Amino acid sequence: MNVSYGLENIWLWFTALLEKLFGWFGLPYIFAYTIEKIIFAAALLAFISISVLFLIWMERKVSAHIQSRLGPMHVGGWHGWAQTIADMVKLLFKEDIIPAKADKWVHRIAPIVVFVPSLMAFLVIPFEKNLIGQDLNVGILLIFAFSSLAVLAIIMGGWASNNKYTLIGGIRSAAQMVSYEIPLVLSVLSVVMMVGSLKLNDIVEAQSRVWFVFSQPLAFMLYIIAGTAEVNRTPFDLPEAESEIVSGYNTEYSGLKYGFFMLSEFTNMLIVSLVAATVFMGGWLGPKWLPLPGIIWLLLKTYLIVFVLMWVRWTFPRLRVDRLMDFGWKILIPLAFINIFITGLFMVIFK
Amino acid sequence: MIDNKLKDKDGFETMYLNMGPQHPSTHGVLRLGLVLDGEVIVSAEPDIGYLHRGMEKLAEHRTYQANIAMSDRFDYVTSMNNNFVVALAIEKLLGVEIPKRAHYLRILMAELNRVVNHILLFGFFAMDLGATTALIFGFREREEVLDLFESVTGARLTYNYFRVGGVARDLPEDFIQKTGAFIKLMRKRIKDYDDLVTNNVIFRDRSVGIGKISKEDILAYSLSGPVMRASGIKYDIRKDDTYSVYKEFDFNIPTREDGDCFDRYLLRMLELRESLKIIEQVLVKLEPGEIMAKVPKVIKPPAGEAYIRTESPKGELSVYLVSDGTVNPYRFHLRAPSFINLQILQKILPGVKVADVIAILGSIDIVLGEVDR
Repeated sequence: MNVSYGLENIWLWFTALLEKLFGWFGLPYIFAYTIEKIIFAAALLAFISISVLFLIWMERKVSAHIQSRLGPMHVGGWHGWAQTIADMVKLLFKEDIIPAKADKWVHRIAPIVVFVPSLMAFLVIPFEKNLIGQDLNVGILLIFAFSSLAVLAIIMGGWASNNKYTLIGGIRSAAQMVSYEIPLVLSVLSVVMMVGSLKLNDIVEAQSRVWFVFSQPLAFMLYIIAGTAEVNRTPFDLPEAESEIVSGYNTEYSGLKYGFFMLSEFTNMLIVSLVAATVFMGGWLGPKWLPLPGIIWLLLKTYLIVFVLMWVRWTFPRLRVDRLMDFGWKILIPLAFINIFITGLFMVIFK
Repeated sequence: MIDNKLKDKDGFETMYLNMGPQHPSTHGVLRLGLVLDGEVIVSAEPDIGYLHRGMEKLAEHRTYQANIAMSDRFDYVTSMNNNFVVALAIEKLLGVEIPKRAHYLRILMAELNRVVNHILLFGFFAMDLGATTALIFGFREREEVLDLFESVTGARLTYNYFRVGGVARDLPEDFIQKTGAFIKLMRKRIKDYDDLVTNNVIFRDRSVGIGKISKEDILAYSLSGPVMRASGIKYDIRKDDTYSVYKEFDFNIPTREDGDCFDRYLLRMLELRESLKIIEQVLVKLEPGEIMAKVPKVIKPPAGEAYIRTESPKGELSVYLVSDGTVNPYRFHLRAPSFINLQILQKILPGVKVADVIAILGSIDIVLGEVDR
């Protein structure tokens, strides 16, 4: 199943070269290993920041065209491609305001706490078979573990700002993310049952014949719905419901700290889409007759899901908070359990 | 003002949330003092006056014609309808008969403005529920009507089109054809609206059964307009206490039974269709002729008083005008539908969720310029 024309070949060649080089100098393997990982992490960071900048631009463009507008058209020349860069630079130079009665340290730490876990989740995502930070045997679990940390930061930000709107936003998001984590994990669980491994590469390779989106359609639907809720996007954007609680937990944030919240929002969306593409749509696998690097296939699938998420966001109104809880606990979780039960039944019968 | 002594039903402390006057969806500068038990409203207190300009007093120092100009600023969404009621009141004092064409032009403009108001309600109500795209769609169609208005009056928001005894200008040549095209376009777009918002599951979930107003409350609080008709009371001043030449036109008064947010929204969408029908009929009936009656240069109505009721898009918009025989009115009073419809909030808000507050406020359709005057 090893594709021979991927980006991973360059990476493997590079790491081999590095290890040989270190071997000549008589240095232990651990040095080469460390430097490899540092280079990979830097590349990953670059990939994430470019992706997020692109995602924000894409969001604005998609929303604009849905709403029969043009969106950013001037900055940078071609269709305003540099708009988000300009926005980020603007955020960088803005005054950093901490409300007088805020809990200063918690207020300062929250944007970091929200951003770091969303970066960590990228560690285990296989961009190609060997193009992966660390192929842990609990890969998928690690992603969910880290993405659920985001709720902590949102509560921190909401509480520390000492503002009632941020407080409501923080508490709403706590309730929402905790209850939507369950169907999210349960929906992936049925896939994990079929594969028999939590390793993401194993999950991808198990889809070489048929994608799980076809064999587990219900799980895919549940995953997309719960994932949308997990990243706080319309119709589940209650924590930052603009028309109700102004801007939710990030009302009191400005400048770079607000930028971090926004970045992490888009990073989370990228993770949800990447995981959906990996777990349900065959990840880096592509059709044999079209030899493209696996990473291209993965990104194509990811951006397809990203587009669907954006499409949904600019179409639907927002759910109300109690209906949201009802929907999560009374519909999604029972459905997820039924799906697991049916999957188990089929596995017992056809084994 | 801050009433933290209120306890919730379990005897715990409540939270006072100050919603507005700077808030994205209180439709201007309305301030709501909400006492919250978690997400549930324990008590609500609308606080108005942040846009108070003292217009009723100002009116006493203006000439009659200048008062029509000022009426543009009451409810700045429906300037034409405001012009209408003030012009009618002054003409009643003066006892002027206005030409047929002027009547038709006035109804044409008033109904076009009703269309604008209901399109905006569609956009803002959906926006309040979180659907941003609907807002842009609403503004897109509003732009078409504003272009029409601009071609007639030269202004896009404060038209100042009505005069004592008629209207300011006649229509430009291509107006009728353009309006016909707009009606065709609008009918198509209403279908889009229904697909995007009215039939949306989440939209219905958010609005059906929310903020019910009973018939008794409607009468007790003297609510009027679409809010009243959504609760099942079939009463429209254009039909039941007709003014101008509305009786020449064939249109229905839609009513709904439940009186919840969804009914109030849907009623506007139905009224929108009826308004388009009226506009179509006006365009057919328009004949060339005078647009101004003979009125004196300086308007000095004889001493006396006049009360005129009209159906503005928001409800019953009435003017009470007292003249003492000078060039300025002695007293000018406006019965503003937004102001009176707003009072129901205190009654229906306790017990609903924070998100519903916005939905209810949006469905009642207030403009703070008219509430505060």
